[in-house]
Amino acid sequence: MKIILYIIQKEFKQIFRNKGMLPIIFVLPLLQLIILSNAATFEIKNIKFGAIDHDHTATSRALIEKFNASTYFDVLTNYPSQEKASAAMLKGEVNVILEIPSYFQRDLQTEKYHTLGVTINAIDGAAAGVENVYVTQIIQSFNQHIKVDLLQPSDQLITTTRIETIPLFWYNETLNYKTFMVPGILVLLVTMITLFLSGMNIVREKEIGTLEQINVTPIKKSQFIIGKLFPFWVIGMGLLTVGLIIAKGIFNVPMLGSLPLMYLYTGIYILVILGIGLFISNFTDTQQQAMFIAWFFTVIFILMSGLFTPIESMPKWAQMMTAFNPIKYFVEVMRMVMLKGSGFMDILPQLLKTVLYAFIMNGLAVWSYKKST
Amino acid sequence: MKRFIGFIEKEFYHIFRDRRSLFILFGMPIAQILLFGFAITNEINNVDIAILDHSKDANTTEIISKIGSSKYFSIKQVITKEADIAAVFKKGEVKAVLNFEKDFSKNLIKEHKASVQIVTDATDPNTANTISNYVNAILQQYQKELNKDSSTPYQIVPETRMVYNPELKSVYMFVPGVMTIILMLVSAMMTSISITKEKELGTMEILLVSPIKPIQVIIGKVFPYIFLSIINAIVIVVLSIFIFNMPVQGSLFLLALESILFIVSALALGILISTISKTQQTAMMISLMGLMLPVILLSGFIFPISSMPVPLQVISSIIPAKWFILIIKGIMLKGVGIEYLWKETLILLGMTVFFIALSVKKYKIRLE
Repeated sequence: MKIILYIIQKEFKQIFRNKGMLPIIFVLPLLQLIILSNAATFEIKNIKFGAIDHDHTATSRALIEKFNASTYFDVLTNYPSQEKASAAMLKGEVNVILEIPSYFQRDLQTEKYHTLGVTINAIDGAAAGVENVYVTQIIQSFNQHIKVDLLQPSDQLITTTRIETIPLFWYNETLNYKTFMVPGILVLLVTMITLFLSGMNIVREKEIGTLEQINVTPIKKSQFIIGKLFPFWVIGMGLLTVGLIIAKGIFNVPMLGSLPLMYLYTGIYILVILGIGLFISNFTDTQQQAMFIAWFFTVIFILMSGLFTPIESMPKWAQMMTAFNPIKYFVEVMRMVMLKGSGFMDILPQLLKTVLYAFIMNGLAVWSYKKST
Repeated sequence: MKRFIGFIEKEFYHIFRDRRSLFILFGMPIAQILLFGFAITNEINNVDIAILDHSKDANTTEIISKIGSSKYFSIKQVITKEADIAAVFKKGEVKAVLNFEKDFSKNLIKEHKASVQIVTDATDPNTANTISNYVNAILQQYQKELNKDSSTPYQIVPETRMVYNPELKSVYMFVPGVMTIILMLVSAMMTSISITKEKELGTMEILLVSPIKPIQVIIGKVFPYIFLSIINAIVIVVLSIFIFNMPVQGSLFLLALESILFIVSALALGILISTISKTQQTAMMISLMGLMLPVILLSGFIFPISSMPVPLQVISSIIPAKWFILIIKGIMLKGVGIEYLWKETLILLGMTVFFIALSVKKYKIRLE
């Protein structure tokens, strides 16, 4: 026990001695949490909008005015011709173009029906879908108004059957993205710091040549490994603590569930990550190799965690792969406990899988450590 | 010059001797782009929902079967009381519950009006909102069928044309993004330790007393990596064209030049990191912790930049990846040439020159 304490002490000293590393470990992640949480929103607003008006009548102007007044559309530009508008779209100056044909008002009055050209830049397919919905909504509401304004006495109002939908947004009534993203980004930062630090750790001693010196001392391997990894576990838990304070203090993210439960889960989760880090460290010769591999898995874990894109939409084989993704479980647990107040029984499946994962990863890591030295 | 070539040769040897690193370097991006190209989509499909039907009549049955047969939803559970809604949400089993009021059909016939609650788990606001919209659309369609006989007097119908990506494939959005993060991170990570490593292993002093100029050392260090990164870029582009059917509407030659420019900018950034850090560990942590999340979140890869608050839009402009993503999409999907992309290109070029100049300056300081 005493030996482990000495190693831990030594490791902490080494971390705090490296002045270049301190801001990277303690300041950079928190700064990113504060800044990047504001960036992650799927809300589509400030859509760059342009109109081509070939009609120049009260109706066409009223329609364009409708778009102008909407909060979604921004920077209204009037283009004199289709060519000018297309060029603007190629340059990326405009994303949605509405084209009102000549004789629009006249034909609408006589035929009561008219089509309108709408062009949407669809490179971001999801955004284009939303933009299409907004355009349709504005035009539909415009339709209702012409009904009121131009309705002839002969047109009888027919009672229509209506199904009323009442949307209820639980746990986040205002659809605030930060409430959703802050816990997720905190998960990423805790994971990245602990994985990168532990992944580089033992291979660093290998590369510099100090690992051999340790191998000839009477320190047991288990003591050495625990002593090496424990400081990173502390750093991860510390980061979680400060991150939670920032989430509450700056972003006002609720903490509905139990804080001890959150810590219990995180404590086990970091063990999984440290196990993965140690495993990587054992199988590489240089710090660079270790970091490339850690980066490889981190990118996969992040993009397939359900944090930014939904897991249900992935193909079945990819969904099955996410079962091996620790970040997925952490993101789920974090959001469940913080935002919904889920309790121990609710997160039990995730907790059990994480405990199992921790045993397997650390078992493999310790086993491979013996093999490789 | 001969000395310089000798130096470059040495650097090449160093890299090619390390087979393991090379394998990692080329294998990883291929695996990643394949994985993400097939798996990642921001469409919303097969969302698990639950039904709470207080009415159980002809209309609700019909609506439920319409919802269940849509590709957006799969009905996971039928629950019987209000209290169960919170329970299924807390377990995270479903994302939404459709709550039909009592006497749905009766109300529809008698009062021409019936209501249904769409209760969504809005911890994920995007999914919640989309679910709500989709259910609404299905119900409106159903309502139209009910009202077949009555017509509305005036109607303007938008005819929407989706340009550059008519099928709304999300792979068109993700391939350029994944290409960018791979090239950016791999390039920056490769060079970020190049000078630091010499410092840490003590070979730096040998370089310092040699007659090779600082700029030559830096170019010599970067050069082999330009070569490796170009091969990486070619592999990625070939994969995206042949496996994901990404079009290249514009000039492949321009795409190649722009990719080289972007690679050089990322390598130069790596060198800059290398000159300012003392240990390999610090260099690696700066390039990984400092670049990874900002590049994923602020480059427009996943989240639309125009929706971000203005200060963040400004920050995103100093990220080279943002400009490269615009360039790739311009060339591959819009088919535009340099006459539309000169601004983005100049910005990337400016950043590259800035990174190199700063590195040379920092490097010189250490010489004195």
